[in-house]
Amino acid sequence: MDPSSLLQYLITGVTVGATYGLTGLGFTIIFNTTGIINFAQGEFVMLGGILSVAASTAGLPLPLAILTAVTVTTLVGACLERSCIRPVSSSSTINLIIITIGASILIRGLVTLIWGKDTFALPHFSSMEPIRFFGAAMLPQSLWVLGITLILLVALKSFFARTMWGRGMLACSFDPRAAALMGIDVSRMAMASFMISAAVGAVGGVILAPLTMTSYDVGILLGLKGFAACILGGLGNPFGAAAGGVILGILESFGAGLLSSAYKDAITFVILLLLLFVRPTGLFGRSASERV
Amino acid sequence: MSRVTTLVLALFLGLGILSAQAAEPIKIGAVLSITGPASFLGEPERNTLELLADEINKSGGVLGRPLEMIIYDDETDVNKCVLAADKLLKKDKVVTVLGPTVSGNTLAIMSKFSTAKIPLISCAAAEKIVNPVNPWVFKTAQSDRHAVARILNHAKKTGFEKLAIITVSDGFGQAGRAVLQELVPAMGLTLVADEVYGPKDTDMTAQLTKIKGLAPDAIICWGTNPGPAVIARNRVQLAMTTPLYMSHGVASKKFIELAGPAAQGLMLPAGHLAVFTQVPDDHAQKAVLAKYAADYEIRFKQPVSSFGGYAHDALLLVAKAIEMGQSAEPASIRDNLEKIQGFVGASGVFSFSPEDHNGLNEEAFVMVVVEDNDWKIID
Repeated sequence: MDPSSLLQYLITGVTVGATYGLTGLGFTIIFNTTGIINFAQGEFVMLGGILSVAASTAGLPLPLAILTAVTVTTLVGACLERSCIRPVSSSSTINLIIITIGASILIRGLVTLIWGKDTFALPHFSSMEPIRFFGAAMLPQSLWVLGITLILLVALKSFFARTMWGRGMLACSFDPRAAALMGIDVSRMAMASFMISAAVGAVGGVILAPLTMTSYDVGILLGLKGFAACILGGLGNPFGAAAGGVILGILESFGAGLLSSAYKDAITFVILLLLLFVRPTGLFGRSASERV
Repeated sequence: MSRVTTLVLALFLGLGILSAQAAEPIKIGAVLSITGPASFLGEPERNTLELLADEINKSGGVLGRPLEMIIYDDETDVNKCVLAADKLLKKDKVVTVLGPTVSGNTLAIMSKFSTAKIPLISCAAAEKIVNPVNPWVFKTAQSDRHAVARILNHAKKTGFEKLAIITVSDGFGQAGRAVLQELVPAMGLTLVADEVYGPKDTDMTAQLTKIKGLAPDAIICWGTNPGPAVIARNRVQLAMTTPLYMSHGVASKKFIELAGPAAQGLMLPAGHLAVFTQVPDDHAQKAVLAKYAADYEIRFKQPVSSFGGYAHDALLLVAKAIEMGQSAEPASIRDNLEKIQGFVGASGVFSFSPEDHNGLNEEAFVMVVVEDNDWKIID
């Protein structure tokens, strides 16, 4: 196995992994505030991609199309919280999670009705000329993906650690009752968390669409892989989710390159399971006692 | 009422019944995937059947009897397909069934037709539909084997010896992979890499890097959108110059749109319908293709697709068999279908026999290359 191939596997793994990590980020935000796993997270990513394609084919310049897509998806996130989650917020977490699954099916259905089942591609942000080094190649769009993921990650990390809103949102997750008694508007925090995670998902969808193309059903697999990334990194930890995604991507890429591409997904999930047997809280998760 | 009027009235009524008997419609059933995931296949098929049935009926029908099409939608669902087939056979009492659109559904209902002794003319591709031969089942779509043979012959002629394949892990890809694994060594070529990707995968650089390391003369990719477009883009990204063949599964403009500049120079086998404007005027199929494409575009305001061509051929073959046997009895239709030779359809020139219920050979495909965002016939 020559070193340039190994380097190529690594680059592929990190790029694909960043996409899983980005989806995973969205899971952690909502989980951190409400304790809900939002299975419509993959649909936020899909909406970001599809809406930006729709807006740019409608004639908007690319930056404006992207802005529209992210704004609309953020509003969808707010609507989802307001119309599906808040009216039944007193039910158990598991019921709320099932509601998000329903919402994801609804969003997919609506998108199929409007844009059909075709696949769409968004133009690359900058040149399509691959960057070459040491025999490996990388598209400039991959750098966009990595850079924007990194920026989002740092922004979220400091948001939760340093701002009043971020800390308020964290407090809601630990004990909504106590948070409410301390004067935090719990339902407003929940809505904010849905909006932020929708925005993060949409940004992910937008920066991925030129590389991976987009269609009504890309959210299913991305949601699954993003969730796996969260679990791998430790639920509730944005840094863990991103790292988990990258690790997952690298495992897949090396699995496909060195072993067999037929078992690529199987290899990844077997490793994920084995790891969870050893460390149930994930690689970077807090100890379980804190959550009880 | 006077007696004369009664008599005249009775005469008219009697005549009415008589003429109604004489022109009793021939009931032909169809079960197609008009909605659901395969709707892009089933919808043009439904349109085509309606178009042709109207045309045949306007020109006096078959044997002077109009065709009555009974078309059901299976929503690309195997259970709904089975129910629809039962309804056609038991309730509607049709003489022949056209469709289903997809291979899985066809395989699920095939056995009913030998029991009911009603011919089925499938519009699906899988080779298993006609191999081994079921006396009552025919198909109009070209087999994977023909597409593979066409590619391998072209590769051999060009001098490619070491081939790599990359196939999608769904039904279409698995069927193609099996034929490739069989025919590549059988035609004296060497298979150096056999890679697989998932239908929803968005990056195949890992598989391509592995293939690159093995230095094949050419790569064959077997899949339907969007996977092959990703592979085309990844190939350019990795600066690979190895020639890339695609399957007939991407022979639509959508593929060129998705792959963009990366599609340039890719080769694939396509039905003549996809490139009918470039088919030479002296080609046997030219007239059929041009007429069908023009009629379709006028009526449905959209370009014709190869998939509609399968339904086109299925209905016309049945009409031909009815005329040959001068009978719309199912058994007669079946026997005469088997006797059809040199029938010029949209998908190719059909010559059936008791051993061959597909009736096509690799000539049903042309090799095309993507040039200036369009197909160009190369072989």
